[in-house]
Amino acid sequence: MTAPVTTRQTRGTGGARIHPVGTGFWSKTPVRVGVVLIAVTWSMPTVGVLISSFRSPNDINSSGWWTVFAHPFETTWTFVNYQNVLTSDGMIDAFFNSLIVTIPATVIPITIAAFAAYAFAWIDFRGRALLFAVVVGLLVVPLQMTLVPLLRAYNVLGLTGSFVGTWLAHTGFGLPLAVYLLFNYISSLPRDILESASVDGASHLTTFTRLVLPLSMPALAAFAIFQFLWVWNDLLVALVFLGTDSEVAVLTARLNELVGSRGQDWHVLTAGAFVTMIVPVAVFLGLQRYFVRGLLAGSVKG
Amino acid sequence: MSRAVEGRTRRARDLTTALAGLVALGLAFAGGYLFLKADAGPERLMTWLYRRIGLEGQADAIASRGFDPLAAKLMVAVVAMLLGVGGIWGVYLATNRLVDQFPDRTARALRPWVFVGPAVVMLGFYLVFPAVGTLVRALKDDGGVIENLKFVFTEPDVLSAWRNNVLWIVVGTAGSVLIGLAFATLVDRVKREALAKTFVFLPLAISMVGAAVIWRFVYYWRPAGEEQIGLLNGVFAALGREPTPFLQTPVLNTLSLIVVMIWLQTGFAMVVLSAAIKAVPTELLEAARIDGASEPQTFMRVVLPSIRGAVLTVATTILIAILKVFDIVFVTTGGRFDSDVIANRMFQEMIRFRNFGRASMLAVALLLVVVPVMVINVRNLRKQGIGA
Repeated sequence: MTAPVTTRQTRGTGGARIHPVGTGFWSKTPVRVGVVLIAVTWSMPTVGVLISSFRSPNDINSSGWWTVFAHPFETTWTFVNYQNVLTSDGMIDAFFNSLIVTIPATVIPITIAAFAAYAFAWIDFRGRALLFAVVVGLLVVPLQMTLVPLLRAYNVLGLTGSFVGTWLAHTGFGLPLAVYLLFNYISSLPRDILESASVDGASHLTTFTRLVLPLSMPALAAFAIFQFLWVWNDLLVALVFLGTDSEVAVLTARLNELVGSRGQDWHVLTAGAFVTMIVPVAVFLGLQRYFVRGLLAGSVKG
Repeated sequence: MSRAVEGRTRRARDLTTALAGLVALGLAFAGGYLFLKADAGPERLMTWLYRRIGLEGQADAIASRGFDPLAAKLMVAVVAMLLGVGGIWGVYLATNRLVDQFPDRTARALRPWVFVGPAVVMLGFYLVFPAVGTLVRALKDDGGVIENLKFVFTEPDVLSAWRNNVLWIVVGTAGSVLIGLAFATLVDRVKREALAKTFVFLPLAISMVGAAVIWRFVYYWRPAGEEQIGLLNGVFAALGREPTPFLQTPVLNTLSLIVVMIWLQTGFAMVVLSAAIKAVPTELLEAARIDGASEPQTFMRVVLPSIRGAVLTVATTILIAILKVFDIVFVTTGGRFDSDVIANRMFQEMIRFRNFGRASMLAVALLLVVVPVMVINVRNLRKQGIGA
C-alpha cells in the first residue's frame, strides 16, 4: 500500500532532461511557439475580464478590451466597478458567507475522516474491512443521486438555508474521498512508531492527536486545499441547501444571480467574477505544490 | 487509602469532568445557536457586554446608531466557525471521555466506534439513505416507474440533453486529454517550464460559475453594425465576418460550452500527464534513440505506452466530471436553445418543476453511467499503486 502520489517518482520541473537539439520536427522554435501559443490562448479570456473590470462602464461598452493595448491612456481606469459590486451588489456579504461556509466545511470533514481513517488503519475491530469497503464504494455515488431526499429531509428538519446544514452536507459528500485518501496515507505510517507509543501506554486518542496527525500533515494539507477549493467554487450544493437569500448566499450563488439580473452590465459581471476568484487563485498560487498533490490524489472525487 | 478506593474516586472525578465537559459543550452550542438565530444577535450581544463591563455610553451608542453591519457579519462569521470547528472536536473528546468510564473490556469494544462512528453516521445520512430514497422515488413518484422511464428515454427535450451529453463526453474528454498531452510534451522541452504550466493550470482554481462569466464575455454578441466587445466577435469583425451569436445557435452553443470545460480541465490533464511523462525511465528513451528512433516514433512507441495508465486515469476522471457538469450550462444558457445536459435538466426538474420522480430517475440514469467509468478509474488507480 502506498501513499497517494507522494511516492510517485518525478524528475522535478526544472526541465533537467537533455533532449537532442535540432532533430527536425522537434527543433526548438516550433516547440516554443506552441507553448507560448497555448499559454496565451489559455490566459486571454481571464485577462480580458481582468482588464475590463478596471475600465469605466462606458468604455467597456464602446470598445473591446483589447484596444487598451494600442491606446492604454484613452480609457478611463477605475476601481468604481469593484466598489459598486462589493457594496450595492452585496458581494462583500457573499464573500463572508463563502468564508463561513468554506472553512468549517473543510475542517469538519478532514477531522471526521482522519479519526475514521486512523481506526480503519490501526484499531482492530469486527467488520472493519467490510465497513471500509462500503465507505470507498460510496465514491461512485454522484451528488445528484442524493439531492431530492436530502432536500425533503432538510425541509422537515429546518436545516434548509442554514450554515450548519451546508457544512454537514459538504462534509457528507466529501467524506468518502477524504477517508480513502487519508487511510492510504495513515496506514502507510511506520508500524514501530505507533506500536512503541502504545507500549508506552498512550491511549488511541493521544497517539492520534500527538503522533498520527502531525505525521500526516502533507496528506491533510493536500486534501484541505482540494476540499477548500471544491467548496468555495461549488454552486450546486449552495443553491440546493443554502439558497440565494442575501443573508446566507455565497459568492457563486450571488454571481449567478447577477448574471440573471444584470446580464448585460459587464462592469458588474467582470468585477464580480474577480471577487469570486481572488481567494481560490491566491490559494492556488501560494500553495501550488500542495494543490498539485491534492489534485493528483483527488482525481476520484464522486 | 486503598487502591480500589483511589481508583473509584479517580473514576468518579473523571465522570464529573466528562459530564461537565458535555454540559459545557451543550451550553456553548445553545448559546451559539441562539446568537446566530436571533435577530440582530451581534448588536444585542455587544450592548449586553458593554453594560456588563460598565461602558453604558458605548451601549447607548449602539442602541441609538445601530451596529456596523460589516462588524456584525464578522462576529457572526467568527462565532459560526468556532462553533463548527470546535463542535466537531468537542464531540470526539467528549465521547472518548465517556467511553473511558466503562470497564476496560467494554471500553475497548466501544473505542473504535468513537473514531468511526461520526463518519458512519454522516455517510449513512448523506449518501446511503438519500441514494436509496432517490431510487424509491424514481420508481414511485410522478406516475411511477414506467412514466419516469418514458420521460428519461423518450421525451424529446431529454433526448436532446442526452445527445448533447454524448457530445460533451466525446469532444470534452478528447479535447482536454489531447491538448493536455500535447502541452505536457511540449513544455517538457522548454525553459521556464513551471511558469508556462501555471498559465494552463490556473483555470483549475476558478469556479465553473466564474468560468461561465468569463466565457460569456468571450462569446458576447451584438447585432452586426454595432461595436463588438466580445473577443471572438471582435476577431470576426476584424476579419470582416458576420458576428455570430455563439450561445444562441444550437450545436454551436454546446460546442462553445464544451470549450469552457476543456479550458478548465486541460490543466488537470497536463499536470497528471506531465508527471507521468517525467517518470518514463531515461534508459528507455535513450535506448530508443540509440536504435535510431525519431522523436515522434519514440513518443508513439515508448512514451505513450508507458503513460497509458495515467491517460486512462485522466480520461475517466474528466469524463465523470463532464457527466456531472451543471453550472456551466445553468449560468450561460440555462439549457435554452437546445443546449441542455442531463445534470442541468435534473436540477431544473427538482428545483423549478418539483417533479421529484423525474429528477430522481435522471439521477439514477446518471449513476448507472458513472458507475462503470468509476470502476475502471479505481481499478486503474490500484494498478498504478495509488490507493488501497
